[in-house]
Amino acid sequence: MRFVDEYRDADKARALSARIASLCEPGREYKFMEVCGGHTHTIYKHGLEDYLPETITLVHGPGCPVCVIPMGRVDDAIHIAEQPGVVMTSFGDMMRVPGGRGSFFDSKARGAEIRMVYSPLDALKVARQNPDRQVVFMAIGFETTAPSTAMTVLRAAAEGIGNFSVFCNHVTIIPAIKAILDSPDLRLDGFVGPGHVSTIIGCRPYEFIARDYGKPLVVAGFEPLDILQSIYMLLLQLAEGRSEVENQYSRVVPWQGNVRALRAISEVMELRPYFEWRGLGFISHSALRVRDRYAAHDAERIFQIPGGRVADPKACQCGEVLKGVLKPWECKVFGTACTPETPIGTCMVSSEGACAAYYNFGRFSRERVREATR
Amino acid sequence: MTEIDRTAGWAEAAVREHAAENAAASREEQVLERIDRARRRKARVKEEHITMAHGSGGKATQTLVEAVFLEAFRNPLLEPLEDGAVFGVGSSRLAFTTDSYVVSPLFFPGGDIGDLAVNGTVNDLAVCGARPLYLSAGFVLEEGFPVEDLRRVTASMARAADAAGVSVVTGDTKVVQRGKADGCYVNTAGVGLLDRPADLGVARARPGDAVVVSGPIGEHGVTIMLARGELDIEADLTSDTAPLNGLTAALLDASPTGVRCMRDATRGGVATILNEIARASGVAVVVDEDAVPVRPAVRGACELLGIDPLYVACEGRMVTVVAGPAAGTALAALRAHPLGEGAAVIGHVKDDPPGLVLLRTAFGGTRIVDVLVGDPLPRIC
Repeated sequence: MRFVDEYRDADKARALSARIASLCEPGREYKFMEVCGGHTHTIYKHGLEDYLPETITLVHGPGCPVCVIPMGRVDDAIHIAEQPGVVMTSFGDMMRVPGGRGSFFDSKARGAEIRMVYSPLDALKVARQNPDRQVVFMAIGFETTAPSTAMTVLRAAAEGIGNFSVFCNHVTIIPAIKAILDSPDLRLDGFVGPGHVSTIIGCRPYEFIARDYGKPLVVAGFEPLDILQSIYMLLLQLAEGRSEVENQYSRVVPWQGNVRALRAISEVMELRPYFEWRGLGFISHSALRVRDRYAAHDAERIFQIPGGRVADPKACQCGEVLKGVLKPWECKVFGTACTPETPIGTCMVSSEGACAAYYNFGRFSRERVREATR
Repeated sequence: MTEIDRTAGWAEAAVREHAAENAAASREEQVLERIDRARRRKARVKEEHITMAHGSGGKATQTLVEAVFLEAFRNPLLEPLEDGAVFGVGSSRLAFTTDSYVVSPLFFPGGDIGDLAVNGTVNDLAVCGARPLYLSAGFVLEEGFPVEDLRRVTASMARAADAAGVSVVTGDTKVVQRGKADGCYVNTAGVGLLDRPADLGVARARPGDAVVVSGPIGEHGVTIMLARGELDIEADLTSDTAPLNGLTAALLDASPTGVRCMRDATRGGVATILNEIARASGVAVVVDEDAVPVRPAVRGACELLGIDPLYVACEGRMVTVVAGPAAGTALAALRAHPLGEGAAVIGHVKDDPPGLVLLRTAFGGTRIVDVLVGDPLPRIC
């Protein structure tokens, strides 16, 4: 298939793999963080680690939109969904995320009307078709999905659709990366930078990482060859003693980002003073809320939400996994108490979560599998 | 420090490092073993209410079936949890199965709930190695359902029964109030005769066997997703719904002793069937992604949605495990039949690691193919 197969070519992968190996200094261990959950998914889905020398460790970062939603916000969303006359709409990934009172799926089974949609515009369609119901869109994600939420609010306002609102949980990537860089228990050699987020914000916002922290960052695409090439580019920077922001995903990501999308976000949303991230705690100026002028479409203002904070279960080590301090299997409850059927932490829910990716795709002994697949 | 001291120091460090590496490796292995044990534990339904995941054909369905239905009805015929039960009556061996159909929309490109209900039950009998003979048909109709639509459904059932060589010999009708059902639900049960000597079962796969699919996968599932009109994706696709009894008969005639197991890959797709085989037989199944036949339209839709075609339902495709030496004969027999033209060997059975399905990806890497919990959920971005 065009535009897919050329980025999954095994011959090219072997060639890149050899060049990666030749750039590794003997005896040196490398740790690179892929920030995006989409990258984590690609790495496991295609078995990309088979192409990397054992001295390179990929650390899975916090860029999984579902994984960073704190339990309290899930409970708030369920509270809204269970109000009379409400239709809650949500991306599929969000449906299984557990709060303190279960997930959207559980709430749906209790009687709430919760529909899966593929875009906020579909949610707006539901609002048009059900003028006597309040249709709420569970807005989650980084800068990647925030523009479509903003555009939908703008359209709802323009068309005067009064029964449509968003429960805004959009977060921004830079503060999360900064929190990780400032975390004392982590040593990284560089970043495989977010791809889709960068289509919106461009590459400039990462410059402080190269300049102030001395870590190279390569904005990467989502096909397996994209990621391999990005790792090669990171190693080349290290070998040449450089630390820069580079753009591997230039076929999609413009250096200056998408100005129209950014304008839409800032028209509709503003930064919150602080926001809780699952596992990472409160990070200031790290999330977006709906501006006053669009209050009529803000579920947080329309409904009285409990806004309670629900502490993560004690056994859950999602925070350490999200920061890359622990590998998924090093978490105490991984695979036994916490499984995709009964997730305790969010990392086990989304297919982009590090734990779910490892459990579903990578849960095997490399040696025995090498034997079986020879 | 002397040269010797320095060397000794270096060697000591190397030994320490190596030991640490081994400890790390064995720690991961220990975790993997712990997980393996957890997965073998008895299934328990933890939810208080039925959720949609319980109907997906994935892990949640398995858990429900094992913890509720098998617990209540346990007997030697039910216990293997095959597509149908096989038992002796007098000197004959019969297969018996049942299935309910709640597809939405009722009419879709390539078929409708009627031929689906006939083919599904015919196929469950066929993959038991039986010659399907008689079906029952039960209808649950919603008040207000157009009689014209019911005629369309029954006409389609009659055509499908004709094509499969079976008769609908008994039935039932219930009507429920508007809003209590979604138009029309159909249940069919079927009886078939095992008149071939094959010895089939999901637990019979052995190292060295070949794994074969009878044609391109995922067409029914993707057709239904697109027919629901929620995705604004258009593709030239039709459901693969078809009766497989001609194909299974041709296969068993060509290789009466070589066929170990046949399953039709409905809910949960090929991946779920392969997992059932790996688990029941205590073997590893190694699949080559490159070898799995998937039409471009199905692949394209799956790429867009972030869904793996291996998990998408088929209604006229089967997965077969055949003994290694019989693979050539079996493949030729399948390909000689119109419903098996696209048949392909997609993988092989190995002894270790038992219970796992492994995929050699087209990219050249390796990963596990697990059973999903519920329906595949489209990803966000």
